[in-house]
Amino acid sequence: MTATPSRRQTGVGFRPHTEKTFDTGFVWLTLAFALTIGLILLSIAIIITWRAWPAIQTYGLGFLFSSSWNPVKGREEFGALPVIYGTLVSSLISLVIAIPLGIGTALFLSENFIPLKFRTPLVFLVELLAAIPSVVYGLWGIFVLIPLVNPIAVWLHDYLGWIPIFSTPPAGGPGMFPAGIVLSIMILPIITAISRDSLACLPPDLRQASLGLGATRWETIFRVLIPAAFSGIVGGIMLALGRAMGETMAVTMIIGNVNRISVSILEPANTISSLIANQFAEASGMQVAALMYAGLVLMILTFVVNIIADYIVSQVKAKY
Amino acid sequence: MESQELSLKKKPTSPRSLINSFWTGIASLCMIITLIPLFAVLVFVTLQGFRRINFDLFTQLPPPPGLSEGGIANAIIGTLITVAIATLIAVPIGVLAAVYLSEFSEGNQIAYWVRFATNVLSGVPSIIAGVFAYGLLVASGIVGFSAIAGGVALSVLMLPTIIRTTDEALQIVPQDVRWAAFGIGAYKYQTVLKIVLPAAIPSILTGVTLAVARAAGETAPLIFTALFSNFWPSPPPKGLLEPIATLSVLVYNYAIVPFKPQQELAWAGSLILVLLVLITSVTARWATRQKTY
Repeated sequence: MTATPSRRQTGVGFRPHTEKTFDTGFVWLTLAFALTIGLILLSIAIIITWRAWPAIQTYGLGFLFSSSWNPVKGREEFGALPVIYGTLVSSLISLVIAIPLGIGTALFLSENFIPLKFRTPLVFLVELLAAIPSVVYGLWGIFVLIPLVNPIAVWLHDYLGWIPIFSTPPAGGPGMFPAGIVLSIMILPIITAISRDSLACLPPDLRQASLGLGATRWETIFRVLIPAAFSGIVGGIMLALGRAMGETMAVTMIIGNVNRISVSILEPANTISSLIANQFAEASGMQVAALMYAGLVLMILTFVVNIIADYIVSQVKAKY
Repeated sequence: MESQELSLKKKPTSPRSLINSFWTGIASLCMIITLIPLFAVLVFVTLQGFRRINFDLFTQLPPPPGLSEGGIANAIIGTLITVAIATLIAVPIGVLAAVYLSEFSEGNQIAYWVRFATNVLSGVPSIIAGVFAYGLLVASGIVGFSAIAGGVALSVLMLPTIIRTTDEALQIVPQDVRWAAFGIGAYKYQTVLKIVLPAAIPSILTGVTLAVARAAGETAPLIFTALFSNFWPSPPPKGLLEPIATLSVLVYNYAIVPFKPQQELAWAGSLILVLLVLITSVTARWATRQKTY
């Protein structure tokens, strides 16, 4: 009887059972860690909702439309309207400043205005703008930007005071206006980077066809490239909006932290994140719950904005 | 004259060419205005911070309000400890999650949702990470205001960066390398741990360093998780469970007090943070230029 040597005898292709289990285990382990990411996201939502629950029960949706903020024991009353207003308005101011600058910079860096070897370091410098810690912008804002912005605020009030948003005389200190400026500096790199990406994604044929028909470079940009990259640019702006709404330190240090709604942007104001940053460490009882509730509102706002932005940006990548 | 009319070249003085140059000017102006704040911040932080840079800064505790000696050594140590805790949590989770995404998922639905969750997580405001760590650890009494609570908050912010860079780094590793490993009979875990990950290590390290630099500058999640302390951190493990000073919170606290010496320390702290970010960004750029494959 001629026995062919079994796999076990030759060792070829033989795998011990324990090793095989270990191998599958490793794959499952990585899967578990991958799922952890979703779990973290979920637990952020759950824990904040849970901690905010007392406030949600007491104030309900009225929290969003009430302006009182009274942490005194026994007479507690909380409403988030002024901070929601402040969050939206400060983000809006920053967008008004950052959108034209960001798109202009993106065009400058994506089209052939200057040779590539100068463009690369410029792109890097714009990225650095995003890397500087928020608290450093805050410090710089207090000591450099606010004194610098004040004459501009005075000028705006003197000459454009008839417009409601410039209607109050500036106090010369912190306020919505300098906070909006600092925010615009912080979101500029995002708008620039994503606009530049979506412009760079466009097929070169588009440019060549337009230039071949005799259009000037800027006619090409305005009539062909910007329309084609429009959704990508909008996605970038949405991402920047999400960032602006969640930005904390620089704004907290510059906005003045006054829980009041004022039409004039020359007045101090407050945002959701500044409110939390300012009061959380010393809060107790219902105030903590109210701050958690405010945090939940902020989270939902940024989630919605970010998911829309993410969707738009991913659609653009799929298109070309 | 005849030849000029036939020329395809645009006349530099025609209205269209002038409008073209006008917009070129506007775009260049945008570029310049965008860079002004960067240089303004760098110049001011350097000028203000450099004055206060000395040996004491790195070896002594902050002075009582109004006095001018002392340093920020406890905050530097505190930042190192807090960021180290965050790194210890975020790197294993992030790297292994990315291994699943790039090596084992084969682009399935799970991978889609994990990538989606990563994107959403990267959009979570930093203060929300702090509120989360507070709600999870501090309010529930698991640990008090401490380096650990701060580290957990920071790790949430580091994760998306680490996952993304690792995912990208692993995908760049050529398929041939994996086939070669499988061909000689390696297991999946051997291929990943001994072949693919080592090949991608430079890029992964770059991502981790960038995440660390970002975490070191974060303030919002720390002001109510790590709080602050004017003293030296106690030796571990006790020191990890007590409030701890960090550079970024020191800058925040001292920026809003009316004392000149404290403000000087705030500028010095900012200078250290900015240098940290600059150095890591530049070296990261330089390191990823030299790709292994």
